[in-house]
Amino acid sequence: MADVSLRKVVKRYDEVEAVRGIDLDIADHEFVVLVGPSGCGKSTTLRMIAGLEDISDGDIMIGGDVVNDVPPKDRDIAMVFQNYALYPHMTVAENMSFGLRLKNYPKAEIKSRVTEAARMLDITDLIDRKPKQLSGGQRQRVAMGRAIVRNPKVFLFDEPLSNLDAKLRVQMRIEIKKVHQKVRTTTVYVTHDQVEAMTLADRVVVMNHGRIEQIGTPNELYHKPATKFVASFIGSPAMNFVPCRLEDAAGKLNVRLTDRLAFTLPPARAARYQALSRTDKLLLGIRPEHVMEARPHAEPGVEPFDAMLDVTEPMGMETLVYFTLEGSQVCGRVSPNAGAQDGSPLRLAVDLNNMHLLNEVTGAVL
Amino acid sequence: MSTMTIDKSGPTRKVKYGSMSRDRTWALRWSYFFLTLFAIFSLTPPFYMLITSLKGSAEISAATNPWWVHQPTLENYVQLLTSNQFLRFFWNSAWVSIIVVTVTMLISVPAAFALARMKFWGSATLATGVFLTYLIPDSLLFIPLFKMFAVFGDLTGIQLVNRWYVLLFIYPTLTVPFCTWIMIGYFASIPKELDEAAIIDGASWFQTLTRIFIPVALPGLIAATIFAFTVSWAQFLYPLVFTTSTDQLVLPVGIITTLIKGDVFNWGQIMTGALLGAAPPLIIYAFLMDYYIAGLTAGATKG
Repeated sequence: MADVSLRKVVKRYDEVEAVRGIDLDIADHEFVVLVGPSGCGKSTTLRMIAGLEDISDGDIMIGGDVVNDVPPKDRDIAMVFQNYALYPHMTVAENMSFGLRLKNYPKAEIKSRVTEAARMLDITDLIDRKPKQLSGGQRQRVAMGRAIVRNPKVFLFDEPLSNLDAKLRVQMRIEIKKVHQKVRTTTVYVTHDQVEAMTLADRVVVMNHGRIEQIGTPNELYHKPATKFVASFIGSPAMNFVPCRLEDAAGKLNVRLTDRLAFTLPPARAARYQALSRTDKLLLGIRPEHVMEARPHAEPGVEPFDAMLDVTEPMGMETLVYFTLEGSQVCGRVSPNAGAQDGSPLRLAVDLNNMHLLNEVTGAVL
Repeated sequence: MSTMTIDKSGPTRKVKYGSMSRDRTWALRWSYFFLTLFAIFSLTPPFYMLITSLKGSAEISAATNPWWVHQPTLENYVQLLTSNQFLRFFWNSAWVSIIVVTVTMLISVPAAFALARMKFWGSATLATGVFLTYLIPDSLLFIPLFKMFAVFGDLTGIQLVNRWYVLLFIYPTLTVPFCTWIMIGYFASIPKELDEAAIIDGASWFQTLTRIFIPVALPGLIAATIFAFTVSWAQFLYPLVFTTSTDQLVLPVGIITTLIKGDVFNWGQIMTGALLGAAPPLIIYAFLMDYYIAGLTAGATKG
């Protein structure tokens, strides 16, 4: 097992820069997820760590050794692919042992490793089957088994759950987490699904346009996003953004959304934003769970307002409500008993203790 | 055909819903009609050959119904199969075909793998180039080739013209490009992740080829093998030009040159020889037909 480091790694395809100078340190035993929209360079980064793509610039280190020119087979890594990439003419056992057989491991050792991995993944009964006789979830387990038996320094996962249906994806997500808890191998996992990223990762790396937007634990990214991109990418439904500006009012600081709607900031927030220019174009960022039905008793920092609902989505344990503020659609989460109905008014409240203020031009969270 | 019964209950829907199965029925009828026509068209010559091969020379020259045997005889078969000359042709053909098939596969499989997978500078152009060489007709090539071998003989003293093994150098010019092309298509249909997985598992390029690609592409490999065999076995122009001594001839040329003496055609034996010559490819096809079809289609659709 080993740590993985990327130093100013760049990947250029002719004119296009797919990865634009990435710095990343992954500790031993850590589970790191690279997440971002398609074309953000996350898969390219993973493939460069695997050695399947040459790097155009920078250094990649595995276990302290620079591996820029080391071929994949000598990097001691194992990779799980989106389409499983099982060898169709081999049985499950042969698939899992292929790497060990190439390295001329003793037969007994191969057998015990395969048996152990099959037991861990609950595929002992399938060991003599061919891939085409397996379901998608079973194939994914075999692909993971093939990685586990090698006992490599690093596991690389390239969107391993994208080909599975929603229910199976949740199940396999838990399996992957369990496997990591048992083997503790350093893992780099690529996905475009922010839920997968949040649930699996020790740390999440959010990528966009070939750059790292932010690195942090799932909670850090959720509660303290650094940019508008991260704020909108992490969390479902996504964070609301409403154009606003700051204004002073009787010794207090207000955030004004419309001519008729302004909220007084709670003291902690007011102190934080006091130095900002009053003319800057800003965005108020607020997560749907911080827009809820107004309660009878006042709470500090929670400001009530009236909204005309466009659409409501009953989810069972909560109801999502959508309304428009200054041309921006806003989503809130209210109790199913709050009486929210399509096209009717509702008294809502916004929890400004959990608000974010963003620069509309740069997208930076202030 | 259950839809037909539903039709009758709803008069307004009759035409619309019945058309699916009716279309199918008509399509099938036309298919069978044309297939039968085609079968008759293509089976008539072999049938005629069979009939003629069972006749004695007297009956062949007599003005009887050419589609019927009145006095069947195996005389032609006995004569051919006991003639050392005919067996010599047969063995020459067999050796040439087997060696050419082996050489072709040894060249075109690694070539196709390299062109399909090991992206190197100019690989795409080279792949197209390989196919283009196949499109040059042999009737254009045989004169320069003959000249080449003649000059080679003059320079080195190694005489290749009029030796059966000269064909081992010539046939691959036909078989290698086409087999390489088939295998490129087939290898290209194998997902990229499969060789990446193999490479990460520690396989070299050669191991990836022998342990992953060849087993996975076996149907394509068999299709290419059958093709190479058929081309070698049935080749006529090149052996006609390059071999002249009777003991160096292969079957198709041998039959024509030894059984036609001036203006005397030994039809019975010609037909028998042709029929016996067609047997080996036919037997191979019969056994490997499924692989052959799978090989051709899988390579084509990039499934």
